[in-house]
Amino acid sequence: MSPDSIAPPQPTGENVLEVSGLAKSFGGTRVLRAVDLTLRPGRVVCLIGPSGSGKTTVLRSLNGLETPDGGMLQAPAADLDIDFSRPLADATRNRLRDLSAMVFQQHNLFPHLTVLQNVIEGPVRVQRRPRAEVIDEARALLARVGLEARSDAYPAQLSGGQQQRVGIVRALALKPTLLLFDEPTSALDPELVGDVLSVMKDLADEGWTMVVVTHELAFARDVADEVLFLDDGVVLERGAPDRIFTAPREERTRRFLERLMRPF
Amino acid sequence: MDWDLVLSSIWPLLDGAVRGTIPLALVSFALGLVLALLAALARLSPRWWLSGIARFYISVIRGTPLIVQLYVVFFGLPSIDVVIPPWPSAILVLSLNVGGYAAEIIRAAILSIPRGQWEAAYTIGMPRWLALRRIILPQAVRVSVPPLSNTFISLVKDTALTSLILVTEMFRRAQQIAAFSNEFLVLYIEAAVLYWVICLVLSTGQGTLERRLERHVA
Ligand SMILES: Nc1ncnc2c1ncn2[C@@H]1O[C@H](COP(=O)(O)OP(=O)(O)OP(=O)(O)O)[C@@H](O)[C@H]1O
Ligand SMILES: [Mg+2]
Repeated sequence: MSPDSIAPPQPTGENVLEVSGLAKSFGGTRVLRAVDLTLRPGRVVCLIGPSGSGKTTVLRSLNGLETPDGGMLQAPAADLDIDFSRPLADATRNRLRDLSAMVFQQHNLFPHLTVLQNVIEGPVRVQRRPRAEVIDEARALLARVGLEARSDAYPAQLSGGQQQRVGIVRALALKPTLLLFDEPTSALDPELVGDVLSVMKDLADEGWTMVVVTHELAFARDVADEVLFLDDGVVLERGAPDRIFTAPREERTRRFLERLMRPF
Repeated sequence: MDWDLVLSSIWPLLDGAVRGTIPLALVSFALGLVLALLAALARLSPRWWLSGIARFYISVIRGTPLIVQLYVVFFGLPSIDVVIPPWPSAILVLSLNVGGYAAEIIRAAILSIPRGQWEAAYTIGMPRWLALRRIILPQAVRVSVPPLSNTFISLVKDTALTSLILVTEMFRRAQQIAAFSNEFLVLYIEAAVLYWVICLVLSTGQGTLERRLERHVA
C-alpha cells in the first residue's frame, strides 16, 4: 500500500461507540424502540432484519442525519456523550457526524463533479486540508479500488459497481473513525456485487470499524464479528455470525434467514 | 413598400436595440436573477416571516400587469415626490418583475434536487449553506437554464413596454420614425422582424447552453 493511502485510526482500547436505548418515532410510529450497540475498534457489526425494521434509521442516527428522540450515545475517544432525550445542539451533531462516514445504497455521488472532485470535496472544503495532499491520498485510494484511470470521469459515466466504489472512497477520504454502509450492494446488478464486497472485506481486514446493513449473508458470515438481527425497532438477537446463521435462538430470526436463503 | 425608408430606418432601430433594448434586458436580467435567488432562498427558509415576505413579493409581481407596475413607478410615484427617470424606472421594474418569476423557477429547481444530495453533502460534513452553494445550486442551475432562458426571451420582448415610460429603446425609435414619416406599417413590421431575429439568436444560444450543461448529468 502506498504511503499516501489512508489507514484506519489506531485503536485506543476504548470503544468507538456505545449506544443504548436508541429510540425514534416518525409521527407517532415508533420505528426504533430500544437499540443497544457497542462498537469495539476494528470490529465489524452487520445489521440484518426485515424491511422496515429500522436498520437504515439506526445508521442515519449514528451519522446525525436523523435525530433520535431517546437513548444515549457515547464515543469516549471523541469525548462525545449524548442524551438524545434532550435537544441536540448543532455543534454536538457535527461532532457526531465527524466520527463516521456513510456509504449510501444509492451512492448519492455528486453528478456535477468528477470522481476525483467527489472524493476531495469534503477533505478540502470542509476539513480544509491542503489540496495537494488530499489529491495524492484520493488518487491512492482510487487506485486501491481499481479506479485510478477514472478519476476525471463523471459519475454518470461509471457502472453501478464503480459508482459504489467511488462512494466508499469518498467516505474513506474523510478519515473517519467509523464506516457506515447501508445496503451498499442491493442496488447493483448481481455481477457487480462482488467487486464492492471485496473492497469492503479488505477494509475490514485492514482494521476499519464498520457497521454494515446488508442482506449478503455470505459476506456477513465471512466478515462480521457480530450480527444484530433487528426486528420492529429492537435488536431481537445478537451474536457471532456462525451462531446466528446456524443456530438462531429466536423463531423470527430463523424464519427471516430461511426466507433469505430460500426466497421461493 | 418604401425600401429607402426601410434601409434608412434600420440603423436607428439597430442603434435602439444595441443601446436600449439589449442593455436594458441584460442589466434587468442580471439584477433580477440576484433578486430571484434571494427570494427563492427566503421562500424556502424555515423562518415564517422571511418566507412570508418572499411569498408576498412573488405574489404581487405575478399578480399584476407589467405595464401597471411601470406606470405606478414612473407616473405614480412622482405624486409623492419620488421622481425616478425613465431608465432607472425601467430597470427597477423589469428587475423586480424578472425576480418574481425567476424566484419560482429557482425554488422549483432547488426542490427538484433529490434529498440524497443534501444528505451526502451533510455526511461529508458540510453545513447547510456550503451544501447549498457547492452541491445543490450547481445542479439546480442546470435544471433552471431552460425555463430561465424563456424568462429572458420574454424579458427582451417586454422591454418594448418601457417605450411607454419614454425609454428610447428600439420600439420607441420605431414609433418616432413612424410618426415622422407616416409609414406605420413598415416601421412596426421592421421592429417586429428585429425582435424576432434577436429572439431567434437567443433560442439558438439557449439550445447550445443546454446541451453543454447536460453533458455529464445522467
Ligand atoms: N423520514 C421518515 N418519515 C416517516 N417514516 C419513516 C421515515 N424514515 C423511515 N420511516 C419508517 O420507519 C420504518 C423503518 O425504516 P428504515 O428505513 O429504518 O427500515 P429498514 O430496516 O432500513 O428497511 P429496508 O430494509 O426496507 O431498507 C419504516 O416503516 C419506514 O417507513
Ligand atoms: Mg434501509
